[in-house]
Amino acid sequence: MTGTGRISAAVPFPTAARRQLADPQLRANLRRATRTIRNRRSQAVDEVTDWEALRATGAAIKDDVLSRLPELLEEFETRATAAGAHVHWARDAAEACAVVTGLVRATGTDEVVKVKSMATQEIGLNEALAEAGISAVETDLAELIVQLADDTPSHILVPAIHYNRRQIRDILTAGMPAVDASRLTDEPAALAEAARRHLRERFLSARVAVSGANFAVADTGSLVVVESEGNGRMCLTLPDTLISVVGVEKIVPTFADLEVFLQLLPRSATGERMNPYTSIWTGVHPGDGPRNVHIVLLDNGRSDTLADEVGRQALRCIRCSACLNVCPVYEQVGGHAYGSTYPGPIGAILSPLMTGPDSGANRTLPYASTLCGACYDACPVRIDIPQVLVHLRQVGVDARRDRPSLERVALRAASNLIRDRRRYAMALRAARRGAAPLRLLAGSRGTARRLPWPLSAWTTSRDAPLPARQTFREWWAVRAADESAQVAGNPVAGDATHEPEEPR
Amino acid sequence: MTARADVLARLRAARAGTPVAVPRAYDRRGEVVDRVSVLAERVRDYQAGVQRTGPAGLPEILGRLLPEGRTVIMPAGVPEQWVTGCQARLRWDSDANPLSVAELAADGVSVLTGCTVAVALTGTLILDGGPDQGRRLLTLLPDHHVCVVRAEQIVGGLPAALARLPDPTRPLTLISGPSATSDIELDRVDGVHGPRRLDVVIVDDDHG
Ligand code: SF4
Repeated sequence: MTGTGRISAAVPFPTAARRQLADPQLRANLRRATRTIRNRRSQAVDEVTDWEALRATGAAIKDDVLSRLPELLEEFETRATAAGAHVHWARDAAEACAVVTGLVRATGTDEVVKVKSMATQEIGLNEALAEAGISAVETDLAELIVQLADDTPSHILVPAIHYNRRQIRDILTAGMPAVDASRLTDEPAALAEAARRHLRERFLSARVAVSGANFAVADTGSLVVVESEGNGRMCLTLPDTLISVVGVEKIVPTFADLEVFLQLLPRSATGERMNPYTSIWTGVHPGDGPRNVHIVLLDNGRSDTLADEVGRQALRCIRCSACLNVCPVYEQVGGHAYGSTYPGPIGAILSPLMTGPDSGANRTLPYASTLCGACYDACPVRIDIPQVLVHLRQVGVDARRDRPSLERVALRAASNLIRDRRRYAMALRAARRGAAPLRLLAGSRGTARRLPWPLSAWTTSRDAPLPARQTFREWWAVRAADESAQVAGNPVAGDATHEPEEPR
Repeated sequence: MTARADVLARLRAARAGTPVAVPRAYDRRGEVVDRVSVLAERVRDYQAGVQRTGPAGLPEILGRLLPEGRTVIMPAGVPEQWVTGCQARLRWDSDANPLSVAELAADGVSVLTGCTVAVALTGTLILDGGPDQGRRLLTLLPDHHVCVVRAEQIVGGLPAALARLPDPTRPLTLISGPSATSDIELDRVDGVHGPRRLDVVIVDDDHG
C-alpha cells in the first residue's frame, strides 16, 4: 500500500536545506545538542561488552519478523483480542485517521491527550481530529513545545531539539496562559515544572488517550511504550479509553525478545542504561487502567517497503534516532529540511520507500547524504542505510531513463573523450587554458566556489577542483627524460627537482 | 475487501519467504558478582536515594523516609510490619476500597510499595501489580515513591529479569530512576509527571 500523510517532502531537499542553513541559531542549537547526545550514547554503548552480539540478534529478530509478518500479526491480533482489546486495521493515513476519529467521537469527548508517537505524526492525526472538532493535547514536553509554537518536530526523539532554553521559555510563556511570564526562568527544571502544572488538569480530566507503541508482542498480545517523563504512564492509565496506532512492523515474535530491544533502544536513543519508564500492557486489566482498549494496525506504505528487496531492512528501524545524531548532514540542516515526519538518514530512505521512490520531492531525499556510513555503524539493528541510499538513487535514475538529462549528456561526452588518448590530452589542455582566469580568482585554494550554468549544478553544494597545471602524463614524460639523462651522466639519489604538483 | 484482508494480502505478497535463523550470542545470564552493590550504585546514578539494611532495620529507615506530616499510600499487600516505625498518616488502597485520583494526586503524598524483580546492571525496578505493588496509578500520581527491594529479588541483567516474571501479561512498569526529561537542550532534568523523588531500600538478610 502506498503511504500517504506527512511523509512527503513539499520541496526538494537542496532548496529546503538552503533555507535551514541560513539560520545560524538553529545550527548552533543542533551542534550543541547532537554533540552532547553522541558522547552520551558512545559511553553507554561502550559499557556493554556484548553490544555487537545484541545488534546482530536485534537485526535478525526483525528480519525474521519481516519474513512471516502476516502470521505474526494474526497471532498478535488473536492474543490481544482474547485479552479484551479491539484490533482495527488501516491501509493508509486517511483510513487510520478515520478509524481513530470514529472511536473518539463514539465516546462523546472533544479532547484527547496524546503520548508522543511517530505513527500518529505520520498519519497527520492531530489535524484530522481538529477537522472533526476534537483537540489533541500533546503531553510529551518537547511535543508540547512544538505544538505551542505551531511548529513541526525536527527530531525523532527530541522533537524540539532545534530550540534552546531561552526560546523554549518564550514559547511556553506565550502558549500557557496560567504561567507568570515575569517569574519563569529559562532553567530546564523551572520549564519542566511549568509544563507539569499545565498538563496535570488535562490528565486528570481526560477520557480518551491516543498513543503509539514501540513494540507489539505477538505471543502475548502486549504493547510496549518506552518513555522518560511519565506523561506516557498518565495517558496509558488515567483515561477510560486508550487508542494505540501501531505500524505493522512493530511486531516482535515473543515476550522474551524484548530482552534484546529494551537493551538496544535506551542506550542508542538517550544514551542511558535504561529510560526512566517502560510500560507494557496486554488488553484490558480490570481495576487498573483503561476499560476500552483499541489497537489500530497501520500499513501506510509498509507493504510497499517490504516489497523492495534492498529497502525492506528499513522496516527493522526502532526509531532510536542514533543515525540522526551522528549524521554530518543532519547536524547542519536539522530535521525540517527532510520535509517528512521521518528526518535524518532513516528518513532519507524510509520516506521515499513508503511513498514510492519517484514521488515528488521525496526523490531528492536519497541524495541528502555523503554516504560516510556513520549511520550504519550507529544503528542498533544494523540497517545499511548507505546501501539503501545508493539503491534508491539507482531506482530514481532508472525511472527517468527516457527523459532528457544534462548529467547523462555530459557523461556521454566525457566517455567519448576518455576513450581516445589524443582527444583526452587535448581536452585537458583546453580545460587548463579555460580555467586559467579562474585560477587567478581561486588563488592558492585551487578550487572554484561558484561556476556558471550549467556547471553551477555541481558548485551549489560543493567546491569544484580546478584542472592541475601539469597532467600526470606530462610530469611522467619529463621525469622519464630526466632520468635517462641522469643514468647517462652522474646519478643523484633522491633528486627532487621534478616533484609532482600536489594532487588536487 | 476489508482493510484487514487487504493489508494481510499485500504483506503476504511482498515478504521474502525465506526463514531467518536468529543468533543468540549475547549474554543471557548476566552474572554479576555483587548484585546488591551494583543495583545500589546504578540506582544512585539516576539521582535516586538508596539505603541498605537488614530486615530488622527496615521499619526505622521507612520511618525516616516517611516522616510525620506526610500521607503514605500503600497497596493492600504491603506488610504492616514495614510501617511500624512510621509517624505519617497511613492509607491503604484495595480493590474493595480504591483511593480516589484526587487523594493520590494531593500534595504531601508518598507511596510505599515492593517490586517483583530488580535489574542490577541497569538499576531497574519492575512492578507487575502484585499485592505489595498495586495498580499502576499508585506509583504514578504521588510525587514521592519509596520502593522496598529484597536482595533475592535482584538479578544481574534484563534477560534474567524478564524470564523471572510470573506472568508477562500482567500490567508491567519498568522504573529506572525518578521521572525525567532531556527535552531541553538534552539536559536530564528530574521530574516531570511521575514521582520526582524515588527512594529504594534494599533489604538484605546478610546486612548487619
Ligand atoms: S535507522 Fe537505526 S539508528 Fe536510525 S532511528 Fe532507526 S534504528 Fe535508530
